[in-house]
Amino acid sequence: MAGNLKINLLTRSLWVFHLCAASCNNCDIEILDLLTPRHDVERFGILLAGSIKHADVLLVTGSVNRKNVSRIKKLYDEAPKPILVVAIGACACTGGIFRTGYQFAGPLDKIIPVDAYIPGCPPKPEAMIDGVVKLITKVKK
Amino acid sequence: MTLFYFLIFPGFLTTAVLGLFASWFDRKITARVQWRVGPPLLQPFYDFGKLLSKEITMPEKAERFSFLLAPFFGLLAVTLVSTILGLAIFFPAAGFGGDLIVVVYLLVIPSLAIILGGFAAGNPLSSVGASREMKLIIAYELPFIVAIAVPVIKAGYSLNLSQIMLFQQAHGAFIGTPSGFIAFLISLLVIQAKLAYIPFDVPEAETEIMAGPYLEYSGGLLGLFKLTRAMLLFVLPLFLIVLFWSGVSLSSWHLLAGLLKMVLILLLIVVIKNTNPRLRIDQVLRFFWGRCFLLVIFAVLLAYLGL
Repeated sequence: MAGNLKINLLTRSLWVFHLCAASCNNCDIEILDLLTPRHDVERFGILLAGSIKHADVLLVTGSVNRKNVSRIKKLYDEAPKPILVVAIGACACTGGIFRTGYQFAGPLDKIIPVDAYIPGCPPKPEAMIDGVVKLITKVKK
Repeated sequence: MTLFYFLIFPGFLTTAVLGLFASWFDRKITARVQWRVGPPLLQPFYDFGKLLSKEITMPEKAERFSFLLAPFFGLLAVTLVSTILGLAIFFPAAGFGGDLIVVVYLLVIPSLAIILGGFAAGNPLSSVGASREMKLIIAYELPFIVAIAVPVIKAGYSLNLSQIMLFQQAHGAFIGTPSGFIAFLISLLVIQAKLAYIPFDVPEAETEIMAGPYLEYSGGLLGLFKLTRAMLLFVLPLFLIVLFWSGVSLSSWHLLAGLLKMVLILLLIVVIKNTNPRLRIDQVLRFFWGRCFLLVIFAVLLAYLGL
């Protein structure tokens, strides 16, 4: 019962920390689209948090490279648990066109456990909302 | 019975619930101003519950004792203020001479708690936020105290909250007189600064120093800070209503009128918040010590002349 309540509360107020791991900014722009009047995810209690210490979800965009691997790990360790990780865009999910690059150190799920993948280059805001819904149903199970 | 006053009726529980609804109102109106739909009614309760259920992380370089204790100081101070205000409104006989001064002192403590927590966190951005909060207090405290002198003078030099309120109920609200109106406007701006809302949100300026003093707080401790802010969002307008707008009286229609006054003041605060850019800290200081201070001195002079 208590665990149920915890998860119910968590899924009703997901605060999101947005980590741009060397992305081309296209995914980031689409993420910000979610907060605009057309999509307005605050309806579901989703807010952007400025600090990882306030966050429940870690959104990662971009191909993970050797420069930022240690930082991603550090952020994941610093986050108060339970923390959910979402990989957004082809780069974070698989490496995309950068997967053969010499700097490439990903994909993201090799470094930290990922709870949801939202592919696309960039994914549409609708696809991201769909991803969040799937994440919530997964967490509730 | 005293414990009941502090914990349940005018004190902690009532103010917390009403304050969380007030913060919902704030978020909803903000969303409507931005042409969005906004969060559901119970959203602040979900947020608070979620924060309580999350892990509390401790930064390596934090000063543990003050870091853990700071949120409780703020919460305690707001609880005391709400109890004193509630007793002054509902049981005028329970008030004591000088409770106005006590309330003014207690209202500084939440800001002091933020400063304490910010400096204890051991994060450079938190420290920047805390030092800005300190300058903000220095800026707004001066016009605030002088503005409070206006109702004191007009109520025949009484420092008793319930006497000030009853005087207005007998002789008309101070907000209807020129001096009272000016002092009310200045106090409204001071409240904006006490809540650290735009244009005075320099301490937590999320685009430059993320969340300022709250940066390292997580889980329940952050929840307590958010709750303190929500309670302040209810208590500060109530304080203004008692001082300038003839308070709230118990008979049914007047209670409704009191609620309307509260909604109106909240609406003003939220609209100011949504239609202004952020000031720099030096601009805030100049604003409060310059124009606001001169204006409020003028209001005190008017009040002294009986206007």
